[in-house]
Parts: sequence; structure tokens; C-alpha cells
Amino acid sequence: MELYKLTVHEAHELLVKKQISSEELVKAILKRIEEIDEKVKAYITVDEEKALEASRNIDKTGNFTSSLSGIPVAIKDNICTKDLKTTCSSKMLENFIPPYDATGVARLKQDDAIVVGKTNLDEFAMGSSTENSAFFTTKNPWDLERVPGGSSGGSAASVAADECIFALGSDTGGSIRQPASCCGVVGLKPTYGRVSRYGLAEMASSLDQVGIITKDVTDSAIILKAIAGLDELDSTTAHLPVPDYTKSLVPDVKGIKIGIVKEYMDYEIDDEVREAIANAAKTLEELGANIVEISIPHIEYAIWAYHVISTAEISSNMARYDGIRYGKRAKRYEDLIDLYRQSRTEGFGPEVKRRIMLGNYFLSADNEDKYYIKAQKVRTLIKRDFDTAFEECDLIISPTAPTVAFKIGEEVDDPIKMYMNDAWTVPVNLAGLPGMSIPCGFSENLPIGLQIIGKAFNEAEMIKAAFAFEQATDFWKKRPAI
Amino acid sequence: MKIDSDMVEYLANLSRLNLSEKEKSEMQIELNSIVKQIGKLDELDVDNIPPIASMAPQKSVFREDKVLESLDSEDVFKNAPERIGNFFKVPRIIEE
Repeated sequence: MELYKLTVHEAHELLVKKQISSEELVKAILKRIEEIDEKVKAYITVDEEKALEASRNIDKTGNFTSSLSGIPVAIKDNICTKDLKTTCSSKMLENFIPPYDATGVARLKQDDAIVVGKTNLDEFAMGSSTENSAFFTTKNPWDLERVPGGSSGGSAASVAADECIFALGSDTGGSIRQPASCCGVVGLKPTYGRVSRYGLAEMASSLDQVGIITKDVTDSAIILKAIAGLDELDSTTAHLPVPDYTKSLVPDVKGIKIGIVKEYMDYEIDDEVREAIANAAKTLEELGANIVEISIPHIEYAIWAYHVISTAEISSNMARYDGIRYGKRAKRYEDLIDLYRQSRTEGFGPEVKRRIMLGNYFLSADNEDKYYIKAQKVRTLIKRDFDTAFEECDLIISPTAPTVAFKIGEEVDDPIKMYMNDAWTVPVNLAGLPGMSIPCGFSENLPIGLQIIGKAFNEAEMIKAAFAFEQATDFWKKRPAI
Repeated sequence: MKIDSDMVEYLANLSRLNLSEKEKSEMQIELNSIVKQIGKLDELDVDNIPPIASMAPQKSVFREDKVLESLDSEDVFKNAPERIGNFFKVPRIIEE
């Protein structure tokens, strides 16, 4: 068995039984990266030396009681790692070395997980394909001519191609679920407030959430348990106990009511995706779930409300990149204002500039009510739609994305078409709910994702249904031939 | 309302960005096309709907005013583009 193919729980079992060492596992991953990352281009930085050193130290203690001990993880490059370059795939932060760990990373390290490297993304997580990375585009391991999705495309591709055992990502409008769908892996975006955002480079603070990309549902339960929970460094984290999500790993959906969004019949969705979702509903029904039709009447407005709210927050969050304390400073400038302007002009790519400009437009005096406040009111309508729907069901299912992974270059010149990839994922962020994408089919060897949406802070129920579906199907077992 | 070239100029200034003439005209087209799509929100009557700014599970959060360990200043200054001792160097902003 190739060690790089292991899941977290499989690797843990072998480590506990001393059948493998952490050093062997880390070496297998590093070798895999060396062999195939030239093709996939998932990683921006690989921290070979420190990863090996950490693995040797753990082997020396021989203590593998923590379920993550000695297990290699890849971190999206907008999540801070102490003393390890964190670029956000932007020229602005090309040489930025964080003086601290993000809370998610700190908690993984506390459990003795080993950071092997940092993965590519759309610049500052703005995009759905990694084509907006200032450095390079990550390739989909299932078809190297296609995008891996985004913005956590590097994390999803690295998991799919077995270049890590699991990965962390971030999700503002679908940035974990959509790439997970494109790459045929499991993506979990927790409820807003479930996982600390401390150390995540902010994109849109009211929508951002740190989450997980794994090879199977069991691993997502294990990792969520490790990173979730109150953090004094993020005042939006919930004062709620974190359940043991591994207790949800029982394949039982009997009596669970699963809503299927009625409006999705009106949407432009590929036939194969539509069929896969219908089959998934049938599978869940055969397992004992009750499938009910529910309505999210305002769902078609979500993507536009999202773009007003997210760009408004982006324009504010990006204001910190001024070339003074960290990040890029232009070589030539006349005065302080010119220093800001030159540094930002050289440091940001086109999509980031576009969103900052848009955000400033929506927030400018004459427009605030017309756009920004209105979008926040639409957010209320969407939240109420979900509240009403959840009176009739426990979980909601939909496609994660309307298509399988598209070809590199196919949508990059059409921002609006690109934005529509997120039509099924953004409503979840607007309502602050947990969402997962799990493999549910293939269209010509390209994976299709099923989105499962849970009630706020009820990730446990969502994981339970995902696990039941996974155990009853074998889509997740198929790996890309790379 | 259509975004004209003066508006693009105004937004670039607010955003502290320099745009070439070509970028300005491209940006004008792109912004107009996105704003036009967002006009869809006008179909909804939201006059009596309260806005939501955040889904955070609690609003105001207080904690003990404890002194905690701070970041190591050397680690922080490692990222400074220009420094003088423990200060960030910036262009002169006060006339002599």
C-alpha cells in the first residue's frame, strides 16, 4: 500500500500499531509531491525540512494518542502559519512570514499534526478556479486541462492527488465546497462561528469560515472536532460546546427529513449533475430518509446580494494593505498617498482591484441604501427562507456546483459566468449555515458533488447523513489516475 | 445609474489604485455589467425588512482585561518593508 493514499483514520491506526512511523508517512507525502506536483501545481510552498524534523520528534516520543499525531496536513495559503510564508497567492504578500499561527493551525499542531506546505488559491480567495492566483493555476488531478475549482483549489487538488492526508481551506461563498466537488473529495464548511477565523486573511468577514477538505467523511468529523470551538482571539466564535463528531459516524438516516430545493428545477444545471443529485436523493430515501420538497423562494437573489455584501467587506478589509507595516511597498513613489497607490497598484491583481472598486461603489454615500443596505435586507429574506424550510426538514440537499470542473481559460474572461458557479453555495454563507460537499457521481470521469446543508451548529446531523450516503455508495473510492 | 468615466476615476481614487486608460475603460464596462445584474435586487420590496450585518451567534463579547504575552517585535518587523529601529519608516508627511 502506498502510504500517501491513506486517510487520517487509516494512518492513525497504522501509527498507533507502530506499523509505520510518522517519518515514513511524511517522506511518502514529500516524495509524492516531488513526483506529481509539477503537473498538479497544488503547492506554493513545501516545508520539507521542518516537516521531517517534526515527524522525527513525534516518532521519538512514540505518543500517537491524538488522532492527528504525526499526520501531514496542507494549509491553504491564506491561513497564517508561524515562520512559514503565507502569500494569499498575491504579489502583495509574496514575502510575508506570519509571526503567529492561525487558531485552526495552532490546534492542529497542538494535536501533533504536521504542516507539509501551503496550497494555491485565487488571490485573497477571490475566485472559483485558482486562475486568479498571482503565481500559477492549479490543475485538476482528474483532467489536467481543467480547473480544480476555487478558491481552495490547491487544497482540494492536493487531497485528491494524495499530496497530503488532509487539508485546511476557507469558504466565503463556496470556496471549500465547490473545489471539493470539482476534485471528488469531501469539503466541509462549518457554521459561521464554529471555527475561529483568527489568522485567516480576511476576505469578507461576515461570510468567511475556516473549514476542511478530506478524502472521506470520517476524516472530516475527526478534523472538525480538533479545530472547532470558542476562541478568545475571535469574538464571533460561539460559546457552545463542541460535540464529538465521530459519534455521528453511524450509517443511519432513518426518519431524517431531507429537503430538496424546489427552485433548483428552474436553474441551469448540467443534465449529468441533475441526474446525479436525483440519484443521490433516491439513495438517501432507500436508506430510510424522507425526502420532502422545500422552497427557498429568494434563492435566485442570493448571488447578487452576496456580491454587494462581499465586495463591500472586501473593500474595507483590503484597505489594510498599504505598504507600511508589511506586504509589498513600491520602489518609486512621490509621497505617502502615492506610496499607497503605487504599492496597491503593483500588489493586487485584476479581480481583487475589480472587487475593491465595486465595494467602494456600493458603499459610497449615494449608494449605501440602494445597494449595501438592500443586500443586507435580502440576506434577511434568505435567512428566513432557510428558517422556514428547516421547520419542514432536518437537512437540505442540492448540487454543490451547476457543472463539473470547467476547462482552464473557459470562464476567466467572463466574471458573471464565473460568479454563477457559486449560485448554490453562497446562500449557505449568507445564512451562516454549515454545508458539505461529498462525491455523488461522475460525468465522463469528472466528479460531481452533492451539497448537504445543516441547521446552524448542527454539523453532527449533516455528517451523519454524509456518512450514511458514503457508506452506501462508492464514488469516494474512485481516485484520479495521476 | 450607469458608471461613467468620472465615477471610475473617483472609485480608483477611493480605492487608492492607479489605472491605465485601457484598464479604466475595461473596468467601466465590467463594473457596469455587474451592477446591471445586481439591479435584479430591485425586483424585491424590502422596505419593511430589517437588514442583517452578521450571523455571529452573539453580539457583544466581553472578556477579562488580562495582560497577555504579545508578539515578538522582531518577528513582526521581519515583514516591515522599511524600518528604523522599532519604527516603521514612512515618507515625510509633515513639512519642515
